[in-house]
Amino acid sequence: MEEAVKELIDENQEYVINMGPQHPSTHGVLRLVVSLKGEIVKNVEPHIGYIHRGIEKMCESITYPQIIHLTDRMDYLSAHINNEAVCLAVEKALETDIPDRIKIIRTIMSELTRIQSHQLFWATYGMDLGGLTCFFYGLRDREKILDIFEETCGSRMIVSYNCPGGLMYDIHPNFQNRVKEFIKYFRRTLPEYDQLLTGNVIFRERTMNVGRLSLEDAISYGVTGPSGRASGFSCDVRKHEPYSAYDRVKFNEITFNDGDSYHRYLVRMKEMWESMDIIEQLIDNIPEGPYAVKMKPVIKLPEGEYYQRVETARGELGVYIISDGNKNPYRVKFRSPNFVNLSVLNLISKDFKIADLVTIGGSLDLVIPDIDR
Amino acid sequence: MEKAQLIELVKSLCSDAEVTEGRQFVEAVVPVKDLHSVAEQLKTDPETAFDFLFCLSGVDYGKELGVVYHVRSTKLGHSIVLKIRFQDRDNPVADSVTDIWLTAEYHEREVYDLLGIKFRNHPDLRRFFLPASAGYPLRKDFVDDENIVVKK
Amino acid sequence: MPFDIYDFTSFTQWIDTSLRSSMSPAGAVAVEFLIVGVMILLFYAVIGLFLVYAERKVCAFMQNRLGPNRVGPFGMFQTIADLVKLLLVELVPIRNADKFLFNLAPFIVITASFMAISAIPFAKGLHAIDLNIGVLYVIAVSAMGVIGVLLAGWSSNNKYSLIGAMRSGAQIVSYELSVGLSLITIVILAGSMQLSEIVNAQSTGWFIFKGHIPAFIAFVIFLISSTAETNRGPFDLAEAESELTAGYHTEYSGIKFAFFFLAEYMNMFIVASIAATVFLGGWMPFHIGSWNGFNAIMDYLPPFIWYLLKTFFVVFLMMWFKWTFPRLRIDQLLTLEWKYLLPINMMNVLIMAFIVLMGWHF
Repeated sequence: MEEAVKELIDENQEYVINMGPQHPSTHGVLRLVVSLKGEIVKNVEPHIGYIHRGIEKMCESITYPQIIHLTDRMDYLSAHINNEAVCLAVEKALETDIPDRIKIIRTIMSELTRIQSHQLFWATYGMDLGGLTCFFYGLRDREKILDIFEETCGSRMIVSYNCPGGLMYDIHPNFQNRVKEFIKYFRRTLPEYDQLLTGNVIFRERTMNVGRLSLEDAISYGVTGPSGRASGFSCDVRKHEPYSAYDRVKFNEITFNDGDSYHRYLVRMKEMWESMDIIEQLIDNIPEGPYAVKMKPVIKLPEGEYYQRVETARGELGVYIISDGNKNPYRVKFRSPNFVNLSVLNLISKDFKIADLVTIGGSLDLVIPDIDR
Repeated sequence: MEKAQLIELVKSLCSDAEVTEGRQFVEAVVPVKDLHSVAEQLKTDPETAFDFLFCLSGVDYGKELGVVYHVRSTKLGHSIVLKIRFQDRDNPVADSVTDIWLTAEYHEREVYDLLGIKFRNHPDLRRFFLPASAGYPLRKDFVDDENIVVKK
Repeated sequence: MPFDIYDFTSFTQWIDTSLRSSMSPAGAVAVEFLIVGVMILLFYAVIGLFLVYAERKVCAFMQNRLGPNRVGPFGMFQTIADLVKLLLVELVPIRNADKFLFNLAPFIVITASFMAISAIPFAKGLHAIDLNIGVLYVIAVSAMGVIGVLLAGWSSNNKYSLIGAMRSGAQIVSYELSVGLSLITIVILAGSMQLSEIVNAQSTGWFIFKGHIPAFIAFVIFLISSTAETNRGPFDLAEAESELTAGYHTEYSGIKFAFFFLAEYMNMFIVASIAATVFLGGWMPFHIGSWNGFNAIMDYLPPFIWYLLKTFFVVFLMMWFKWTFPRLRIDQLLTLEWKYLLPINMMNVLIMAFIVLMGWHF
């Protein structure tokens, strides 16, 4: 019995439990070593690396078009946006002119990706809080986007639709109609999300004032994306450094000042409306033209360093390429938003209950493969 | 702040720095020992106010190892790249910038894990992704017979 | 009651007299025990299976799904197939578990719900025991289940289980008060603790209508606190799967898990039965004042069916809660009980006592 007690309680008289790597609410193989005093979280220590695949190392031995397929596997919910980041970096390095058609299609696809990612966030967040019904409503609508992806890209989640210089193939003739149908449908069903969860008293009680992140901490910890914007950190790359067709659409950057779980959630809910606005502005204005610019068969970047930022559904993704003039990059670094957002978990979940740890972890919307890379 | 002004400023902060205007950012190669003071002044000076370290990467340049800091100011909107280089491949040690930008804690752990660069005054410098027995895989001289097949 | 064929008293009397005429009194009692035991066991198993099926269908309905639809017509045999699987599945031995308590826990949980169900009147003259302190007895034995839950959490030697069990302990002990007080409100109105008496007192109108607003408040509080007492969503903190994987029954498998599972559903059925018996008139049919024609039509439905209809109505309400609300946090759960439900409930009891004293009720 003495032995057993020693295992349970550490030297600070804290009860240590392992959340994960196989735990329903860590959304993947994240392991959190949580020290508890009763139900109160005293320390959270993330242990990561369970799906570390060494993507950065693998990139050093493959060509640029091949890298794109690895980026899908990082943040699999923002697959298209990750692809775009690498393509933009390569295109910027080669100073390729990209026609409007490609830019607009990329933007539409990026926004669809963002919507489906936020839908999955909503679905799983409801489930983390114990409302299992949310999961089915979220996935019901997400299927519609995945069907559009399937038709145009041939794949549902890991789309690999971009290639340096454009797109892999042209959009399906049905694409515009289906996207318009979806927008019409989703404008009707998105208010259901608010009815089911946002307005719920229990939900508000569970999330408001839980896991408050101040603006200073958000900037210092580099928390970007919806999580950062909920703290008032204006960090939307689409606004500050527009890429693709974001400079020609009107949309609002959603920011709040509270920085608690509820507002992190609310940013995502409002972003879905903004994304639909962006798509509506672009969907009827896709010009005719080629879907890809002819590139050299072997892409070699001139010697130098290139940095490209894009806004994924979770924050700022940076692609840092160092080239030595060969067909393989010399070094590729992905600044993954989830890796950085994870660092704030210990700070904001201290002195909350263990149930709040799940709430806070869910509201950061972590995707583990992107943390491990 | 304009790029030219920034170059002048960094040069005045550290006379040994090699500052160039790169394709995208102002790039400053700073001696390892001066990095912490330069970074601190860049952050605290209200004219530069570099408060957001958005990327920290470790690079193996072949003969030497290096760390690259991408920093931006959220108020003023300008960016700078700070670089340090280590001649000593066996025991590279730099000062941690965790006290300046808190996000550096995880980034530095990652760099330590994958490249073996140590950071002085880091609060919790342990391996992050890999077990202790693994080497430093992002180094160019890393050998792994099992997983890496070198094409002849 | 116009239809005496629905009265089970004469039927049970006849069994009793015929048994006593053919054997010694002790033997007759033994045989009666056996019959009642088998009947209750059968009823328990059938209702349990049906509830699992019903929950899956209701939950599917709430979630835009079809639910089980492959095994048998409308998937009705799905739960039987699941039960067979649970019976055949390996009982995983847990290292460092307290073996005796670990094995004892599911039996305590299921025994508690067995004992509670035996006091419930299903129809006139159809109940296992009609105690004169029926309400008190039901509250007492249904609270016994928490011992099993605590033992299960402690003996599994699992950190999640222990947290789940501790939560469950705090929760059930707190909400037991509200359950008791809301039932006491009606006991004051009925003037008896005997469940059959309470049902009979409702022949002129269900207590939820007879008792003015206090009875309705008591019904709502009973619904909330009994949902909490049965560890169901949104109060399922003890097994909160997104936090504690499966809470106190994480380490259980096979038939031992099935016991917990069945007991959870049966506890839901039991509290629904009590709600139906105490607030909604038990097996009494629905009557409206002097609408004699309407009342006569209502009388055609057997009391047993009335009882089941009311019970399943309450069960449906509880399922509805579970599948729409997110889960509460432990401190909010206790705040709700100690700061809101309990004071309201105490005031409610006083108001009800005053109403009964002044004779203002119907």
